[in-house]
Amino acid sequence: MFKRRKKETPGLDTTSTADISFMLLIFFLVTSSMDTDWGLPRQLPPPDDQTKEEELVVKQRNALCLKLDAENQLTCNDEPMTIDNLSKRVEEFVANADDDPMMPEKSEREVHLIGRCKVSDRHVIIVEVSPKATYDAYFQMQNAVVAGYNHLRDELALRQFHRPYAKCNAEQRDAIALVYPQRISEQTVNGKQ
Amino acid sequence: MKKGVFRRKKHEMPGLNTAALPDLIFTVLFFFMIVTHMREVDLQVRYDVPKGTEVQKLAHKSSVSTIYVGRVPGQPADSFYIQLNNKLATMADIKAFVESERAQMNSDDQPRMTVSIKADRDVPFGMIAEIKQALQQSFALKVNYSAVEKKIKIKH
Repeated sequence: MFKRRKKETPGLDTTSTADISFMLLIFFLVTSSMDTDWGLPRQLPPPDDQTKEEELVVKQRNALCLKLDAENQLTCNDEPMTIDNLSKRVEEFVANADDDPMMPEKSEREVHLIGRCKVSDRHVIIVEVSPKATYDAYFQMQNAVVAGYNHLRDELALRQFHRPYAKCNAEQRDAIALVYPQRISEQTVNGKQ
Repeated sequence: MKKGVFRRKKHEMPGLNTAALPDLIFTVLFFFMIVTHMREVDLQVRYDVPKGTEVQKLAHKSSVSTIYVGRVPGQPADSFYIQLNNKLATMADIKAFVESERAQMNSDDQPRMTVSIKADRDVPFGMIAEIKQALQQSFALKVNYSAVEKKIKIKH
């Protein structure tokens, strides 16, 4: 008569766990951002003033002088130039395919993976930007210069390694960067820097 | 109805088992927690970054610090401000900012520390040059001019 009725513990109701985790998920979706940063990577020179001495000995034929004035007008060796033509000009200047005596000197060097070839390691692109020029104009100029270099490097990479520069491994990229090094010297006119 | 030998047994539809649903959602949750990163700053400046063709994706998020340069709503359109972390700052603060950012990074990230400059396209270059000089003096030599990709390539 007094036999205890066996109590059955009810199973834990887990139906709402899904809702709770959904809420967490939505919270994370809202507070986090997935946008990836894109940009033009550049390397600044170290802060000492060694670059100045170097510039003094640059020969006329080795220098490409890009100037951006306060009205965002681009001149290349004192001739007016548009942004669209700039990358082509940089390319011709750096490559100097015909060994033009007016274009930068090249030296012959043994490059790992590529072998003996002519290396354009004397050229300098001198960039002078007025502080009043806009950032956009400066950026477009940088972009065009980098485009010129990238095109040259891509061509060499396709010829040597049969794939574009971006797809090469680190060793191959180093070899290509040795043939076409980026030599850009920046100055700001009117005192500051 | 006649009771027959072939009487159909009544099938009972079993309820859908949702026990694994939370696990599933947790998996998605963890995925998002890993691939995304928290929004760290409230933007106080408005900026419109330039468009470029040669832009690259910025790797190693943990080693990237950002300097924002842009307009502040309500201020005249030709005055530009620098934002570091959550507040507006001046040129003089950049050095301290780089130092503190560097101190927060672990030793793997320190050598590849990159400063991403997110600046409006109308900012005068003089301002950018000053920022660059400040970065140079604090040995943050890797910079990244933040931009969006323009689809049309420059013709060769």
